[in-house]
Amino acid sequence: MAKVVLKLGDDISTDIIYPGRYMATVLPSETPQYAFADLPEFNSKLRSGQIPAGSVIVAGKNFGCGSSREQAASCLKGYDLIVVAKNFARIFMQNAINLGLRLVVCPEIEAEEGDELEILPDKIINKTSGKEFKVEALPKARQAIIDAGGLIAYTRQRLLASAGSRKKA
Amino acid sequence: MAMTMVEKILARATGQKAVKAGDVVEPKVSLAMSHENAALVINQFLEIYKDTGLKPKVWDPDKIAIILDHRVPAESAKTATNQKKIREFVAAQKIKKFHDIRGDEGGICHQILPENGYVLPGTVVVGTDSHTTSHGALGAFSFGIGATEMASVWALGRVLNVEVPKTIKVVAKGKFGRYVLPKDFILYLIGKISAEGANFKVLEYHGPTIQKMPTSGRLTVANMSVEAGATSGIFPPDEETLRYLREEAKVKGPIDIFGPDPEAEYDQVIEINVSELEPMVACPHTVDNVKPVSQVGRVKVDQIVIGSCTNGRLDDLAVAARLLKGKKIARGTRMLVFPASFRIYQQALQLGYIADLVKAGAVVMNPGCGCCLGVHEGALGDGEVALSTTNRNFKGRMGNPKAEVYLCSPAVAAASALTGYITDPRKGGK
Repeated sequence: MAKVVLKLGDDISTDIIYPGRYMATVLPSETPQYAFADLPEFNSKLRSGQIPAGSVIVAGKNFGCGSSREQAASCLKGYDLIVVAKNFARIFMQNAINLGLRLVVCPEIEAEEGDELEILPDKIINKTSGKEFKVEALPKARQAIIDAGGLIAYTRQRLLASAGSRKKA
Repeated sequence: MAMTMVEKILARATGQKAVKAGDVVEPKVSLAMSHENAALVINQFLEIYKDTGLKPKVWDPDKIAIILDHRVPAESAKTATNQKKIREFVAAQKIKKFHDIRGDEGGICHQILPENGYVLPGTVVVGTDSHTTSHGALGAFSFGIGATEMASVWALGRVLNVEVPKTIKVVAKGKFGRYVLPKDFILYLIGKISAEGANFKVLEYHGPTIQKMPTSGRLTVANMSVEAGATSGIFPPDEETLRYLREEAKVKGPIDIFGPDPEAEYDQVIEINVSELEPMVACPHTVDNVKPVSQVGRVKVDQIVIGSCTNGRLDDLAVAARLLKGKKIARGTRMLVFPASFRIYQQALQLGYIADLVKAGAVVMNPGCGCCLGVHEGALGDGEVALSTTNRNFKGRMGNPKAEVYLCSPAVAAASALTGYITDPRKGGK
């Protein structure tokens, strides 16, 4: 079971998730402190450890639009949050997959802060309201990266495979 | 099989006869661009090689470009240290397309790439910046990626697992009215299809108006295509593309010109008659909240910004200089100008535009991105309003979530500087 800890609307930009003024901070180990820095209440809950891993952010359409800054994905990954949205902007979605941040595309999702969700591969059951919502599969092009455990591991596999085949040849 | 522009480019970049929307491909990259976030790319790149026994070496140093532009000159010790780390990596890996903080060759990445001839039609370009869509102005398939994705490109020379996008064909007809500019066209389009209207798709631009549009205007339109969610905005290359590449970018080598097949299948076709457009304004806090300037109402402006990768080119500065020459910016309103590159800065100096702007009261800054995304100079105070020719008006964008940003063309920005209120340039002063 996963609890909704933040409910957001449409078009949540990466400027909201990770404000530009903190962009000199780049390392995934350092970015989580600035997650949602302009929502000070939620940011302080995150920083003080009040949000358990596996908690859910629910959002509307086009979550993660705007800048390609990877900090927006790494700062949420740092707390092992799950983002459920009606849909995601392309670059944010790719960054999240590359870093192993869990995203769930759920076009009809209805949930409020405090609701308990059961997230299954094909649907989300909102235990609080009793309603069920269909989950859309992520684009097929992304699955190999997820299966490898992220893009760094996937690229490393590819690199070693091609170095190996060069040695054999 | 008939192919769209992006399908043709991806077929070539993967050595296949044909690809179609939905196919998963691993295209070869012709140019991989980063800016200050190369500091993170370097970190992730080294991470890939960790414990592999392989020496971290980029796949092709001549296909990597790094431009310092987001925080120049450095505003903090942290940024300066990141920039130093980038310089050391560039030297060690022998990357030549490196543009440091210099008045002779520096500037904003999305101007540096085209003006130096780094982008060629029909190629695949990636950049760790969402506005990498800009380079579709020259007929490339050019799109933004994250830092880890770039680290993977540096290692392999390919982008892994790209799904060939569907394409929306945009056909523009008619003649732009006085003080109606390519910026107004793209703001209108974003307002029409929404901030997610082209998500995961490509916008391909056609029509008689596009054929007459100079490359500078095409760069503005391609740049902001991402604000409709588009993966890329592409202008099939034509005579204007060739003229720009030969005359302005001084490209000496072969240029391969090809367009989409006439029978290509499009997801959607959108027709726009630009004769009917008036100057447009994107109101806070989303780029698709677009209204004709006449319907914006009386909005007092504290800060005007002209410049950036969207509208910091010579003809943008020319429009502003023409409107401001011999006049004064209204008291209570301040104006910042960011040319897109030092080449443009120098041209604007020679043509007298810089003097016209400064005498009117504008502050001309060095080329850079800092103000647009609120990381450097030009921050807004609580409750202040900015009117800017940049590309985003998200909450917090110019460094303050308690401020508001409106987006417009250089003509609307300059006309508004004279009155201190958002003003229709066709009507002029008070």
